[in-house]
Amino acid sequence: MKTGDRPRWREDFPVRWDEDHYVTRRELAKFLTLGSGLLAGANVLIAFIGLNAEIPKLPVQRIAAAADIPAGGSLLFRYPTADDPCILLRDRSGRLDAYSQVCTHLSCAVVHRPDEQALACPCHKGSFSSTDGKPLAGPPTRRLPRIVIEQRGADVVATGIEV
Amino acid sequence: MSELAFFIDYSRCIGCQACVQACGECDTHRGRSLIHLETIERRDSVQTAPQVCMHCEDPICAQVCPADAIKQTPDGVVQSSLKPRCIGCSNCVLACPFGVPKYESDPDQMMKCDMCYDRTSTGRRPMCATVCPSGALAFTSIEDIMRTRQGRAINEWRFGDQPVRTKVHVLVPTEITHVDVGLIPLSSLRRGSAPADPYDVAALLEDR
Repeated sequence: MKTGDRPRWREDFPVRWDEDHYVTRRELAKFLTLGSGLLAGANVLIAFIGLNAEIPKLPVQRIAAAADIPAGGSLLFRYPTADDPCILLRDRSGRLDAYSQVCTHLSCAVVHRPDEQALACPCHKGSFSSTDGKPLAGPPTRRLPRIVIEQRGADVVATGIEV
Repeated sequence: MSELAFFIDYSRCIGCQACVQACGECDTHRGRSLIHLETIERRDSVQTAPQVCMHCEDPICAQVCPADAIKQTPDGVVQSSLKPRCIGCSNCVLACPFGVPKYESDPDQMMKCDMCYDRTSTGRRPMCATVCPSGALAFTSIEDIMRTRQGRAINEWRFGDQPVRTKVHVLVPTEITHVDVGLIPLSSLRRGSAPADPYDVAALLEDR
């Protein structure tokens, strides 16, 4: 049988040792060592870039007039872009807080429950504290990102996000 | 000097069995001799002939192996079967025109001469060639053989219509360029019609 007219399967199972695609133990060890080194190097590089990168400044955005939100009420807005739904709420004591409206479990929209001092997710009965955004019940394990707000004159403005 | 090669000079064999013993002492298959020492026309003659693996350039034993267990190294040495792969089917035993591979039931695998690859790959001579007292088995250069022996070293065979080239050379009279092994037609083997082979030991026992 000549090399030219060999069937396809013979290329996968060649008779000659040097045509076989053996992975020797040494080659595997070399691959693992170099691969681990590369991964570690990439991690260091990413950490270095992260340390030196400038965190983009988020825009200052007016949300509403403070007087528009009654105690126990809430108001939806978008911050920092039109694709990021957020919720501004005032609890019974009159304190203003703002959070991302996206549940950290599977991204349903949370709703304000002023009587329970909670933000509830209707999809899987998840619940977050309305005072600090930490998960209280249900499947979510990460807290809701808090929107940093401040009052400027009569208006409430958003100035940043605390993840 | 060209690279070392294996030469068999059947006419020099004295049947001393030194090669058989030496082969069995090889570390890679300790206690198991893989060389064949054949008798020739045993009824009339004491002639013997050693048979090591001829290491065909296109090894039919490896071609017929369904388990991909027989491999040929880059320098043309056909290895014994790989233990994790060999399924003991004996395809190679039936296919080899020289009758070299042996099925060993104890490890349940085919074992054959690998020209002492642990030795020859580092430039040392195979076990059998180191001990042969008459030079019937020699591992040396072609120049050395041509200088010290009569006849011609050939490595071309013809089994019926099938040409075979081997890595191992045999010494033959000068006028011969290749060894032609005719095929025996199956019809002549039919019981009763075939003339009794005077050297068929089994037939001799039956006749008694």
